[in-house]
Amino acid sequence: MALTNETIKVRLEKQFEGQLSRMDEPYGMLTFEAPKELNLKIMQFLYDDEELRFQFLTDLTAVHYPSQPGRELAVVYHLHNLVDNVRIRFKVFADIKQPDIFTATRLYAAANWMERETFDFFGVNFVGHPNLKRILNVDEMDYFPLRKEYPLEDQTRTDKDDEMFGRG
Amino acid sequence: MDTKHSQHIKLPEGSIEKTTTTLNLGPTHPATHGVFQNILELDGERIVSAEQTIGYIHRAFEKIAERRPLYQITPLTDRLNYCSSPINNMGWHLTCEKLLGVKTPKRVDYLRVIIMELARISDHLICNSVVGVDSGAFSGFLYVMQYRELIYEIYEEICGSRLTTNMGRIGGFERNFSAAAFEKLERFQKEYPAVLKEFENLFNRNRIFMDRTIGTGGISAERALNYGFTGPNLRAAGVDYDVRVHSPYSSYEDFSFNIPVGKTGDNYDRFLVRNQEMWESLSIIEQAYRKVQEFKGTEADVYHADAPEYFLPAKQDVYTKMEALIWHFKIVMGETEIPPGEVYQSVEGGNGELGFYFISDGGRSPYRLHFRRPCFIYYQAYSELTKGSMLSDAVLTMSSLNLIAGEMDA
Repeated sequence: MALTNETIKVRLEKQFEGQLSRMDEPYGMLTFEAPKELNLKIMQFLYDDEELRFQFLTDLTAVHYPSQPGRELAVVYHLHNLVDNVRIRFKVFADIKQPDIFTATRLYAAANWMERETFDFFGVNFVGHPNLKRILNVDEMDYFPLRKEYPLEDQTRTDKDDEMFGRG
Repeated sequence: MDTKHSQHIKLPEGSIEKTTTTLNLGPTHPATHGVFQNILELDGERIVSAEQTIGYIHRAFEKIAERRPLYQITPLTDRLNYCSSPINNMGWHLTCEKLLGVKTPKRVDYLRVIIMELARISDHLICNSVVGVDSGAFSGFLYVMQYRELIYEIYEEICGSRLTTNMGRIGGFERNFSAAAFEKLERFQKEYPAVLKEFENLFNRNRIFMDRTIGTGGISAERALNYGFTGPNLRAAGVDYDVRVHSPYSSYEDFSFNIPVGKTGDNYDRFLVRNQEMWESLSIIEQAYRKVQEFKGTEADVYHADAPEYFLPAKQDVYTKMEALIWHFKIVMGETEIPPGEVYQSVEGGNGELGFYFISDGGRSPYRLHFRRPCFIYYQAYSELTKGSMLSDAVLTMSSLNLIAGEMDA
C-alpha cells in the first residue's frame, strides 16, 4: 500500500502528541512545524520507522521572518522517502538572538555543507556540527547576508560614478 | 595519519619537517574545470586528506532573486549549471507554473522535453569527454565537440543564444520553433548515434581507460544516499532514482525509457551510466519529436499556455491592442503580484536533482528562493572518495563527478 500523507500525519501525531503544529499540504507536500528541540528526534523517527523510511535529505535551508519576534529564523528540511516516493517538509523556528539548532550531520553526511551554507547566510548555529564555518562567503565577513535587514543596493542611487556599468 | 603509506619517509628525531606534502589543486588549475580549490595532503602520490574551498564565483543569486520579477530570475538560473542551462530555465518555469497554477499544453511539454534531453546530452557529452581528456585521450573530446556545437545551434534557432540560454517563458516558449530548428534537430538525430557509438568504441573497452577508471573514486549506494547524491552519480552506485520517473514533470510520464544504473559507483560506472543515458535521451527525443509532429491544425502551432499575466504578448498586439499593451507594461515593469504560497519543484538536471524552493508572500518577487544544487551537495563527498587514492585518480574522480563551479557557488 502506498504511503499517503494521511498515514504519515497519523504516525507523527501519535509519536509526538500535540507537539507538531500547522500541518498543511501546500501543493501536495505534507508540511508541518515542530519545536526546535525536536528536530533530530523527528528526523530519527522518520528515518528509522519501518513504514515511513524518510532516509534521504533533499534540502536544508533557512528563511528569515523579521516580523515574528522570538521565532525569526525558520530552518526548513525537505526529506524524501525514495521507496514509496513521498516527500515531506518540516520547519523549526529559532530566536534570532540565539539561533541554536541541533545539527543533522550525525544522521546525514549531506547535511554538513547544507548547514554550513545555512550558517553562512543566516547565522543559524548548528550545535554539534563538526566544522561550522563559512563556505561560500569570505571568512572575514561579519554579517549574514540573506537576512532581511540587508537590502540589495538601491537601484536608483545616483552617487555612484561608474560609467563602466552604464550608470554614469 | 595513515602510517601504512608513510613508513618509507624517515625523519630524524625531533625534526619539524612533516612527512607529507601539501598541494593546492586549484583554484585555477586545468584539472579542476572550474574555479574551486582542493588542499591536498599528499604522502608521495597518495592522498591523505583533501579539503575543499568553494565560493570563488558566488554571485548571491538567492539574494538577487528576492528583488526581481519572475521572468528576470530565468537568466540567473542559466548561470547555475551552464553546461545544460535550458534544463535550469525550464525547471524554474515549471516551479513558477506550479505556484501560479498555469497549465501548459502538451505540445509545449513535448518541445520542452526535446530541449531538456538535448541539454542533457550536451552536459553528459562534455563531462564524459573531459573524463577522457583527463585520462590522456584528447581525440574523443575534439570529435564530439562538433555535436555539442550542433546542439548549441539548435538552441540558437530557438532562443537566439547558446550557452546562457534564457530560454522560454512562464507558460511556454517565446516563439514557435522555426523550420530550421527542426531541420537541425533531424540532422542531429540522424548523425549523432554514429558519433556516440564511435565515442563508446574509443573508450568503453579501452584497456588503458578501464585500468584508469575501474575501482577509482567508488562509493557504495548507502554512502551515496547519505551524502545526498542524485543524478548519474547516484545511479552509478546502483540506486535507480530519477526525478523524471519519480516525480514526472513536463509530461515525462508519456515516454518510455530506461534508467541505466551502475554497481560500484566508481569513475568507470559513472562514465558508462552517462553514456547510456545519452542513448536514452536520444530515444526520448525521437519519441517526443514524433509526438510533436502528430499535432494537426491549430494545435500544431501552440507554443505557450494562456497565461497573460506572465507570458509576454506578441509585439504587434502590444502596438495595436489595449489589453496586450497593459499586460506588456505590467510584465516588463514587474508589477504582477505573485500569489502567496510555498512550493518545491525539482527537475532532473545534468548532474542530479535540481530543486527550487520558492516562498511567495504575495509580493512582486519571491520572498525566498532557494536552489537545491546537486553538485554543491555531492562535492562534499570528494574527500571521502579520494582518501588513499593516487593524485592522478583524484583528478579523474573530480572530472567524472561533473562538478560545475557555477552551480556549486550559486
